[in-house]
Amino acid sequence: MLDFIVLFLTVGIPLSSALLLASLGETVNQRSGVFNLGCEGVMCMGAFVGMFIPFMVGGSGPVAWYVNVAGLLAAAVVGALFGLLFGVVVIKFGAPQGIAGIGLQLFGTGLAGSLYRHFIGGAQGVAGINSIRIPILSDLPIVGKMLFSCNPMVYVAFLMVPVVHYILFKTPWGLRVRACGTFPRAADSMGIDVSKTRYQALAFGSAMAALAGAYLSVCYAKIFTDTLVGGRGFIAVALVYFGRWSPVGVLGGAMLFSLAQALQLAVQAYGFSAFPYEFLVMLPYVLVVVVLVFVGKSKHVGPAMLGKPFNREMRT
Amino acid sequence: MKNFKLIYTIGVIVLAVLLTLGIASLILAVLGADVLKTFWVIFCYPFTTFKNLSGVINIMTPLTFVGVGICVAYRSGIMNIGGEGQMLIGLLCAIVFALYSGLEGPASIPLIMLAGMIGGAIWGFFPGILRSKFGVSELLSTVMFNYIATQLYSYCLRVPLLDPAVAGGAGDPQTVKLVESQWLPRINEVIENVPKGTRFHTGIFIALILAVIVYLFMWKTPVGFKMRAAGASDRAARYGGISVNKYLVLAMLVSGACCGLAGTVEILGVHHRGLGNCTGGYGFSGIVVALFGGLHPLGVVPAAFFFALISFGCSALQINKIPVPSNVIDVLMGLVILVIVAAKLIIANPYLMDRAQRKVLSLLNRKEAA
Repeated sequence: MLDFIVLFLTVGIPLSSALLLASLGETVNQRSGVFNLGCEGVMCMGAFVGMFIPFMVGGSGPVAWYVNVAGLLAAAVVGALFGLLFGVVVIKFGAPQGIAGIGLQLFGTGLAGSLYRHFIGGAQGVAGINSIRIPILSDLPIVGKMLFSCNPMVYVAFLMVPVVHYILFKTPWGLRVRACGTFPRAADSMGIDVSKTRYQALAFGSAMAALAGAYLSVCYAKIFTDTLVGGRGFIAVALVYFGRWSPVGVLGGAMLFSLAQALQLAVQAYGFSAFPYEFLVMLPYVLVVVVLVFVGKSKHVGPAMLGKPFNREMRT
Repeated sequence: MKNFKLIYTIGVIVLAVLLTLGIASLILAVLGADVLKTFWVIFCYPFTTFKNLSGVINIMTPLTFVGVGICVAYRSGIMNIGGEGQMLIGLLCAIVFALYSGLEGPASIPLIMLAGMIGGAIWGFFPGILRSKFGVSELLSTVMFNYIATQLYSYCLRVPLLDPAVAGGAGDPQTVKLVESQWLPRINEVIENVPKGTRFHTGIFIALILAVIVYLFMWKTPVGFKMRAAGASDRAARYGGISVNKYLVLAMLVSGACCGLAGTVEILGVHHRGLGNCTGGYGFSGIVVALFGGLHPLGVVPAAFFFALISFGCSALQINKIPVPSNVIDVLMGLVILVIVAAKLIIANPYLMDRAQRKVLSLLNRKEAA
């Protein structure tokens, strides 16, 4: 039983990192009032760009490691550009964000898949970034394997929770972001450039989403496929609601969802084959719906102007 | 400049089309394709033979069903992205009914379709009730229900409905073939002088009839009016004594039923059995079709034809030796959505129009002065 639990946590923690990065980014842009349903597409582009650069440069040893890091950074830059592109549509022109988000999702997943087939093709992997063992701590029984021999990006993802919390709640920029999501007209009257703040928040959020995608291709799977992201972008958006727009809540949501997924994988690995695995795969999604029901009921509401475009010329 | 609004609208549309074509050509060029030849294959090749054209119509059929369903939901103020799941559950119910009811012959076809509609409606009901009772955003719940439906369907395909012929692990899981009298007739069985040898089925007529019925329902009946009122302005509708929540759920039921019918017709007309990937992503592309058709059931018909055209064209790229992956279709669709939603808002924005008008006038004045 103990090794079952260990297996289940060792699988679950790396799984949660991609979701965590993407939802933290989405939290920031939703706090500013922009709803980015195209997170999935941005993640796909990030996953492609992240592995494209190490694949093209190649190399081995420490050089390859730096090239892989460059891939991650390039993915974040491309993600931010996608965020700005989306911003032009939804912030400048005030298009309905849900629909435009579906457009971004189709565009991103399609483009990533097409570029992958053209430039790389076939099932080719990269060296990627491997897990590191923290000396001494990783030799501890049980927790050593679980917590202290993970991929560096896993630590980055968990470190981002306090960082995003600090940015949102302790810095002037975070205050501006929250003001733009709650009462943009008041923010505007105080001299805050609402559009600019929203562009910044969206670029940050999309960069994080792309980084999450790049984590999947460079660190987790070390390969790109059309189904690599596999709906994680949508889950990440749902987790923001789940976590009630706070980084700590999002952490809880990402852990719960990934552990449910890991439980399913662990159960399969242990071969309880009498129970159809499809229902286990379904479990995390059902869980999200059930939790959303409870979150929806609570009086704690999200950013008041979430999804509503702001136009300073309109008198409403 | 009395007609400036018209000029402005046309100008924005022309610019939007040029922008879309420009970005698409750029992407195609990066992918190493001959841009002109690619556009020829996408827009002209489908018209070259009857077989190609029937392929386009067969794609157009499910797109019309889903597009009409999505229109109903959007007009009533609820965004249904769950078309994919509703199609799957709909066709699952239809297959179960067709296989186990023991009914045969042409008379069973409408009943099978009804079963499919009920299946889709049930899958649309859940997100509807979650939204109206618990305030769960339908954007998220419908996506979750898509995943749940996919798993449920693949379980049914793998275990209870598995075709004994592939039971030993040979080939992909599929169900038993339906009895031939339950199939939708091919078009050459109904109309004379139509070439044989294509999969062109009569589902397109059902789709066109449905589009007209939904138009009449939404625009010419009191219930449809109330649904549209709830979608246009929920506060005003509530003030007018309309139970918005009730009509949201009704909209999701109708929308789900249309999507379920799309899946059912796809099974009865094309596949004749349940397969692993028989929705073909129409649940998603139907959203694009609905938007492109101006969220109007009758606008959906030409929009569905247009998207079926480029969808067929993109899938024919490989046959025509153009080295572009077929998922370039997603890129085009995404691009079209982004450009359309932006262009719509630019046209509707009076301030931008004012600015454009002033700019044009000042340019004209300068010319006169010179």
